[in-house]
Amino acid sequence: MVNFIWVGLTIIGLIFAAVNGKMDEVNEAVFKSAGEAVTICIGLVSVLVFWLGLMRIAEEAGLLKQLARLFEPFARRLFPDVPSGHPAMGYILSNMTANFFGLGNAATPLGIKAMEELKRLNGGKAEASRSMITFLAINTSSITLIPTTVLAIRFSYHSASPAEIIAPTICATACSTVAAIAIDRFFYRRRKKREEK
Amino acid sequence: MAWLSLISMWLIPGMIAFILLYGTFKKVPTYESFVEGGKEGIHIAVSIVPYLIGMMVAIGIFRASGALDSLVEWVRPLLLWIGLPPEVFPLAIIRPISGNAALGMVSDLIAVHGPDSFIGRLASVMQGSTDTTFYVLTVYFGAVGIKRMGDALKVGLWADVAGFIAALVIVSWMF
Repeated sequence: MVNFIWVGLTIIGLIFAAVNGKMDEVNEAVFKSAGEAVTICIGLVSVLVFWLGLMRIAEEAGLLKQLARLFEPFARRLFPDVPSGHPAMGYILSNMTANFFGLGNAATPLGIKAMEELKRLNGGKAEASRSMITFLAINTSSITLIPTTVLAIRFSYHSASPAEIIAPTICATACSTVAAIAIDRFFYRRRKKREEK
Repeated sequence: MAWLSLISMWLIPGMIAFILLYGTFKKVPTYESFVEGGKEGIHIAVSIVPYLIGMMVAIGIFRASGALDSLVEWVRPLLLWIGLPPEVFPLAIIRPISGNAALGMVSDLIAVHGPDSFIGRLASVMQGSTDTTFYVLTVYFGAVGIKRMGDALKVGLWADVAGFIAALVIVSWMF
């Protein structure tokens, strides 16, 4: 999908440029954009190094585990099909906590582990279970506390207040997560009704 | 919305202080751990260079040729009716498909309109408040061999729409 969009953007752009006689601007844009991308990545190094370094301390101090314990009663309601004390719940919780702190790379392997356990709970079927869909819905709606990469970009473009978007981002994230759970429940009910018929 | 700005301002310093003190209290070798974790950050930053270059060059061409203006002009009435700045529209399309590509678009929007413009802020919040639905689905289901996704894709995409609307409403209301 992303392949088509990428090629589409470029080719449509080139055709437009040919028709509108804007090849000069396009030539300039190619090198300017590439240079800008590199500048952004250099800006990202500073924030990512600092943040992931800090998070490593949090992880080793056991903060992530503490937080996972805090989320547990909440998670048990979200995943009624997962028996308490099952390893799936542990992985789900640590995945959510890692995401919460913006540790995408740490979250992914934990999420895959959670999926494996959920598949086992579902009898190893190649079909998505109810808990799997709920888990994915929460993951795709993102539950990040601090959007580090966005902060870095705002910083490198000299925002007067790079951090001002944190609170609105948390609010929007909370809304999208609540919506994701509601939408997930809605589709679950619909499936149930169909099965009953 | 002074209190929201206040939270934004205090959250990072507060977390730094808390984590450092808690780590010290738990006898974590703080500085060594920090350096170890930080190395991962360099790896991530370097690994997204090609994603950003690829997408930003494509967008650069698309914009310089006048194609973006035409597209935006074409959907403008509908978007204005919703209240979404037409410039942000392509970001909403690509956000569920590729996170790094979307990051390229956010950078582009911020570079053109400025980080403190309405568009810059909205793009920032949109990027931060949803995740790459297609990527999450492919990675998680792919890794454990789930072939029938059920309603997962539908749920994920509707959640993205909800997130975008939330971002738009909150940013309009706050700034």
